[in-house]
Amino acid sequence: MKENPVFNYLRRESLPLKFCPGCGHGIILGAVARAIDELKLDMDKMVFVSGIGCAGWISSPNLNADTLHTTHGRAIPAATGVKTARPDLNVVVISGDGDLATIGGNHLIHAARRNIPMTVICANNSIYGMTGGQTSGTTPKGIKTVTDPQGNIYDGFDLAPLVKAAGAAYVARYTTFHVRELIRAVKTALKGNGFSFIEAVSQCPTHYGKSVGQQAAEMLTFFKEKSVTIKRAKEMSPDELAGKITIGEF
Amino acid sequence: MKSKREAPALKEGRYLLSGNEACAEGAITAGCRFFAGYPITPASEVMTQIVNRFPEVGGKFIQMEDEIGSMAALIGASWGGIKSMTATSGPGFSLMQENIGLAIITETPCVVVNVQRSGPSTGQATKVAQGDIIQSRWGTHGEHQSVVIAPYSVQSAFDLAVEAFNLSEMFRTPVIFLMDEAVSHTRETLVIRGGYQVYDRINNGETPPFGGKLVPDMPRFGEGKKLLITGSTHDSKGERKTSDSRAQNDLVKRLNDKIEKNREMLERYEEYRTEDADHIFVSFGISARSAREAVDRLRADGIKAGLITVISVWPFPDGIIADFSKRVKRIFVPELNLGQMRTQVERISRCDVIGINKVNSEPLYPSEIIEEFRRHK
Ligand SMILES: Cc1ncc(C[n+]2csc(CCOP(=O)(O)OP(=O)(O)O)c2C)c(N)n1
Ligand SMILES: [Mg+2]
Repeated sequence: MKENPVFNYLRRESLPLKFCPGCGHGIILGAVARAIDELKLDMDKMVFVSGIGCAGWISSPNLNADTLHTTHGRAIPAATGVKTARPDLNVVVISGDGDLATIGGNHLIHAARRNIPMTVICANNSIYGMTGGQTSGTTPKGIKTVTDPQGNIYDGFDLAPLVKAAGAAYVARYTTFHVRELIRAVKTALKGNGFSFIEAVSQCPTHYGKSVGQQAAEMLTFFKEKSVTIKRAKEMSPDELAGKITIGEF
Repeated sequence: MKSKREAPALKEGRYLLSGNEACAEGAITAGCRFFAGYPITPASEVMTQIVNRFPEVGGKFIQMEDEIGSMAALIGASWGGIKSMTATSGPGFSLMQENIGLAIITETPCVVVNVQRSGPSTGQATKVAQGDIIQSRWGTHGEHQSVVIAPYSVQSAFDLAVEAFNLSEMFRTPVIFLMDEAVSHTRETLVIRGGYQVYDRINNGETPPFGGKLVPDMPRFGEGKKLLITGSTHDSKGERKTSDSRAQNDLVKRLNDKIEKNREMLERYEEYRTEDADHIFVSFGISARSAREAVDRLRADGIKAGLITVISVWPFPDGIIADFSKRVKRIFVPELNLGQMRTQVERISRCDVIGINKVNSEPLYPSEIIEEFRRHK
């Protein structure tokens, strides 16, 4: 039997993955590895930078390339340092919604504005997974978390359009259900020569799933049913779009 | 390969520069080729000098969105193999603390200039103070060592900036370059004689990146080493160890030992007229300049006074000061705070230690130091 090519890009000694059963972050890791495989990129010339959170562990230590695991929210400025000092390297940030879009939100929009060539993948499970299910900057209104037991009273960020508006060259959003599209988007991002942002909507069955009463498979079904393409979304009213996930290239 | 223009550091000669500009020039001489910063008084001229000079030497500059980002960028650039620096003042230095800890635990060489100004908080932004002595030692959390170098003149700002980079490369640790507003804005003659020794990190691949000897060899990105660099506790290969008590103990102890066991090389100070002194001043930065003048005036009156100018604020030069405390009558510690360095001197001294302190955003004048000296003598 032929071995899955993904293994060529993983640090075998770090397997099995440390994620909870059903976590979407492993799907994102797989999509990144497949995209690199399809592009036949040289892993010796890639640097993966992450912040703190479960999503910060997608690349560190699992991807078999140079990895830099930083502080909470600071992956993007660290990556900016790498890319500015070493333009010859392909710099990729993979981190969470709490990390990139909440504590590190200012770095995200400024990196998009500068349009420095790098790929940023936000594994957005709409919650702080690692610390036990607190509200993040992307938790939707009404969702109950351990810090909002009555339901979040604020809106969450609509990340992809936010980063687009900040000046990113390429922005896409898919979910862990849309793996093929996700791989294609990662490939486009990795080949790009500006700031590329991919919002990879992910599931956290342990915390978010528990709160909404869904297991991993149901969360994926939910992603499938609630997703609408950008094209379709353009024809829908704001009311019709409420609770939907707009996917595609922005 | 296209040739990069090579290091036209300042040519031999005499220059009229500010402390901030001299610090930037010293960094360039040391081989600094990456700078990330965010504007703040009274440190901004370090950045503008770098901006003006970097094109000539092939350096990379980026103005970041804040000081947290500047510090993060330094770490990324340094692992790219480029010597890196930032410059800030109190509010920015406070923001940098978490990532200074990241640089310490990942053993990332870089230089962080902190030009002290009046605090706390915004305080008096354009005015001098020396209130960050303890912060520069313990600003970031957890058990750790800090290497902190304080210049006291334009010449020393240049010379010691080279040294700060050398120590940072030699020990694979961030070095804090602790200036103060007065040193940073004073214009004086800088004499460049050439022959500066520049030390680069060792990248022989003879040790794993985080172990094998007190200061392990340091690889860089893009060499196919598949580096694992993390602010989490890690073993010698860089593998994360989140609950292995031995890994935690080994890492913290080695990071401590690489500084503690090299104190001889790290403890720096300058002596002035101390040979036969009955009374010595222990000071640093701009206050040491005033103390030096005070020593001369006291000597003219027949009083045997001397001065130890502390260069390595951390590790504090315990040895020399402990020795002096056995043979002098009193040690006076002039400083622009309410006793941050004095408590260090007290910790190791056998004689009386008297603070000469000022916190009104003005420097200590020699006459004030003499007055206080005479009150206690
Ligand atoms: C400065 C700082 N504040 C708080 C924390 C605690 N903390 C660790 S992970 C995390 C949230 C991570 O959430 P996210 O980025 O969404 O990642 P996930 O675990 O959901 O994948 C927080 C708040 C920290 N490590 N550092
Ligand atoms: Mg999350």
